[in-house]
Amino acid sequence: MNYFELFGLAPDYTVDTQSLAVTYRELQKQFHPDRFATAGEGERLVALQKASEINDAFQTLKSPLRRAEYLLSLAGIELKAEQQTLRDPSFLMQQMEWREQLEDIAQSNQVEADIAEFEQTLKQSQQQLQTELEAQLSQQAYESAAVSVRKLKFMFKLQDELERLEESLLE
Amino acid sequence: MAYSDKVIDHYENPRNVGSFAKDDPTVATGLVGAPACGDVMKLQLKISDTGIIEDAKFKTYGCGSAIASSSLITEWVKGKSLEEAAAIKNTDISAELALPPVKIHCSILAEDAIKAAIDDYKSKKA
Repeated sequence: MNYFELFGLAPDYTVDTQSLAVTYRELQKQFHPDRFATAGEGERLVALQKASEINDAFQTLKSPLRRAEYLLSLAGIELKAEQQTLRDPSFLMQQMEWREQLEDIAQSNQVEADIAEFEQTLKQSQQQLQTELEAQLSQQAYESAAVSVRKLKFMFKLQDELERLEESLLE
Repeated sequence: MAYSDKVIDHYENPRNVGSFAKDDPTVATGLVGAPACGDVMKLQLKISDTGIIEDAKFKTYGCGSAIASSSLITEWVKGKSLEEAAAIKNTDISAELALPPVKIHCSILAEDAIKAAIDDYKSKKA
């Protein structure tokens, strides 16, 4: 049973995260270790495995990036452990510039405004990639979807770094 | 995770950080990224008329191993012909820096940066 099936969903990139959370809580209750406290050891072990699978499934399905990666793995494209290099000069040039911009923001005398603006820029680009990804997955264009996922990873890395910068400035 | 002494040395004293002018016809630029960790690496080579790499500079956004790998290759490629530089393997880099398995992709990135720069040079010449 794959993660989508476990949650009673069709293998689709579009997921209603609210109802996903509801299903998660229901499944959790159903397989909670407390309910198996008096059960035999074999049954307890199965319930425990199921509970951990439910947890993994939820973490995977609720994250747009991991959900896309998972859908691709169901289609036979493994991105998680890949060591492939991306060689898209214009995309990478933009990434380089954004990282330079992030360095400049740290020295800026209007940090808060700069961070807000940068956040907006990243969000727009990320949303655009996500829209493309959604279309590619629904058309089962898995190779191009894989390229979009790879690009999104750079976007999420940038966002992480922006958040780290924000935190360091608050200290 | 513990970094090797060589990684720490390159990380703390990176060699040849910076950029050459992109539009300089003798400069080749290789731009690569590793989706696994979101690292971005730029390697620039200054190439003589006879096809010898006279100088190299890099700029890398990434972890210590990625920075060390790119710093190391700028030292290695200087004075080499394009063919010799193209022959540098990621295994040479990871062995020199004693990279752990989880950081092998940093050395792959550095090898691919050399290849990307050489491709850029060839397309400029063509």
